[in-house]
Amino acid sequence: MDLFEYQARDIFEKHGVPVLGGVVATTPEEAREGAEKLGGGTVVVKAQVKTGGRGKAGGVKLAHSPEETAAKAGEILGMDIKGHTVHRVMVAQGAKIAEEFYFSVLLDRSNRNYLAMCSVEGGVEIEQLAVERPEALARIAVDPAVGIDEAKAAEIVDAAGFADDIKGKVADVIRGLWAVFKAEDATLVEVNPLVKTEDGEIVALDGKVTLDENAGFRHADHAELEDSAAADPLEAKAKENDLNYVKLDGEVGIIGNGAGLVMSTLDVVAYAGEKHGGVKPANFLDIGGGANAKVMANGLDVILGDEQVKAVFVNVFGGITACDEVANGIVGALDLLGDTATKPLVVRLDGNNVELGRQILTERNHPLVTLADTMDGGADLAAAKAAAAA
Amino acid sequence: MSIYLNKDSKIIVQGITGGMGAKHTALMLDSGATIVGGVNARKAGTTVQHKDHDGNDVTLPVFGTVKEAMAETGADVSVVFVPPAFTKDAAIEAIDAGIGLLVVITEGVPVQDTAEVWSYLQGKETRMIGPNCPGIITPGESLAGITPHTITGKGPIGLVSKSGTLTYQMMYELKDFGFSTAIGIGGDPIVGTTHIDALEAFENDPETKAIVMIGEIGGDAEERAAAYIKEHVTKPVVGYVAGFTAPEGKTMGHAGAIVSGSSGTAAAKKEALEAVGVKVGKTPSETADLMREILQSL
Repeated sequence: MDLFEYQARDIFEKHGVPVLGGVVATTPEEAREGAEKLGGGTVVVKAQVKTGGRGKAGGVKLAHSPEETAAKAGEILGMDIKGHTVHRVMVAQGAKIAEEFYFSVLLDRSNRNYLAMCSVEGGVEIEQLAVERPEALARIAVDPAVGIDEAKAAEIVDAAGFADDIKGKVADVIRGLWAVFKAEDATLVEVNPLVKTEDGEIVALDGKVTLDENAGFRHADHAELEDSAAADPLEAKAKENDLNYVKLDGEVGIIGNGAGLVMSTLDVVAYAGEKHGGVKPANFLDIGGGANAKVMANGLDVILGDEQVKAVFVNVFGGITACDEVANGIVGALDLLGDTATKPLVVRLDGNNVELGRQILTERNHPLVTLADTMDGGADLAAAKAAAAA
Repeated sequence: MSIYLNKDSKIIVQGITGGMGAKHTALMLDSGATIVGGVNARKAGTTVQHKDHDGNDVTLPVFGTVKEAMAETGADVSVVFVPPAFTKDAAIEAIDAGIGLLVVITEGVPVQDTAEVWSYLQGKETRMIGPNCPGIITPGESLAGITPHTITGKGPIGLVSKSGTLTYQMMYELKDFGFSTAIGIGGDPIVGTTHIDALEAFENDPETKAIVMIGEIGGDAEERAAAYIKEHVTKPVVGYVAGFTAPEGKTMGHAGAIVSGSSGTAAAKKEALEAVGVKVGKTPSETADLMREILQSL
């Protein structure tokens, strides 16, 4: 889960990382109050969107009074930045910046450890810096069992080439950012820019934090960081039912078991769709191992609620799950849904108890359900049905 | 022959008394695997009842620690079914006890926990498979995990995959040939055994004649495996990659299955594999057909 800048700021503050005052606002009036709370002087009004390039898009503006803050917030709220609508701004205290730096620590999948990156040239696109002047970006491996201790922090600031008089202060801030990474179960903590103010203080001016959703069980407070307003309504509904669902832009609804098989099903449907007017998969939905009637009904309910969906492909390989349970799940789901189920279902079952599963569906002979023998055949049939109904 | 797991493997189950642990202990026994006991500190000294492959009653002892279980039974493999919150401790306990093969089935383990376990493992004797994986099966010999043993039997194909159900699908598609060993390495961002580890082991296994490698979006494991194949693998390899239609920035079921910016895409992985001569199927069936052609020409 990616956090908004204001959420990252609050988490930094909680762990003792120096930040500037900042207040989140969803209306110009709230922005005005925010500016007053920050002393009524110069502030920066910053669009809160989970994408880069907001400055260039006009999503960051200076304001010199609470009135101007409200006006600038009014301009920014509702803006579209790379497909992200701005619902919130952060009113941030202005800073007198002397120098800008860069720091991040992140999960390094390839090396199965963490990577700290640091540069005395901050405030720029770091990807660009990494390509154009790799020598300006220090990259230091971090052992997950040790973390960024005093020695590691010193190694990082040395490698980045900080001036001697601020090395100690920067190292302290880096230790604080490590504390955020570790204590909050983050996979990314990035500060760009990390600044030295004219008073010589080191401050995290803009932060990006990604949290590990698998660690949610030990962070009850992380749930409220979720941006429920931005979630697709179908994705929100699926989440309420504990379904692993991702909305896509297409006409063939997909239900399957196991993440790999479902991803593969989407590809096979897209591939088949090329021959049927370019229909595409409408979603990812993994119902996992226990495909009982309730789970199947919840899944079908979400998918049939997608107006774009014209046909559904249920692709299940019964490994541990028995196909007769899945078949009963489908029949039960159709009974539960009754007249609200109106779109054709192509079902492909294989594996554990497949004969029994097919028999259940054949005997029930539901007018919406067609059985397919193979995954490729089922994908083709579902794509054809979706194309015919489109 | 096989890789990592064979008929002599003695398996214990960490979390043998839990729902998942009990269910899959029964299925592993049914496959003919040698399960010698389990671990649950709160139920040490008790036993659990199951049936073996031939329907005979089996009484399995529950031990307080992995160390004790190994000392009493000679176990060299542990399969972990404990919940995510306890997985790190369970893994470290097994590593400390010196287990040879540690198969972590548990899904939803925080990645920092896995990173710490991986760091802890360095220089120790344990090979870890997983987490978030179906485990490993050497058909006809042993099963350490949740892969159905009924799909197919012994044969010349080695299989390594990030995904459980795609493993089953591929075993099913090629059930007329059979498998030497099929290993599901798991879909998390950090796993203990990689595609490269499995490729190396299959290359060195005389029984494996050809290899199927299944990948999916996220990370660069497949690209690195391609580079490894070019330098070190002489046996034929066919590949399959899932996730061509996955949108950027969305996690597709597996915690590790995410396209970040332009990296981790299925297209890049397919290209990398094809560039080193690996034939990559567009669908699982097409991949199976490619393997079938290769086996028929051997």
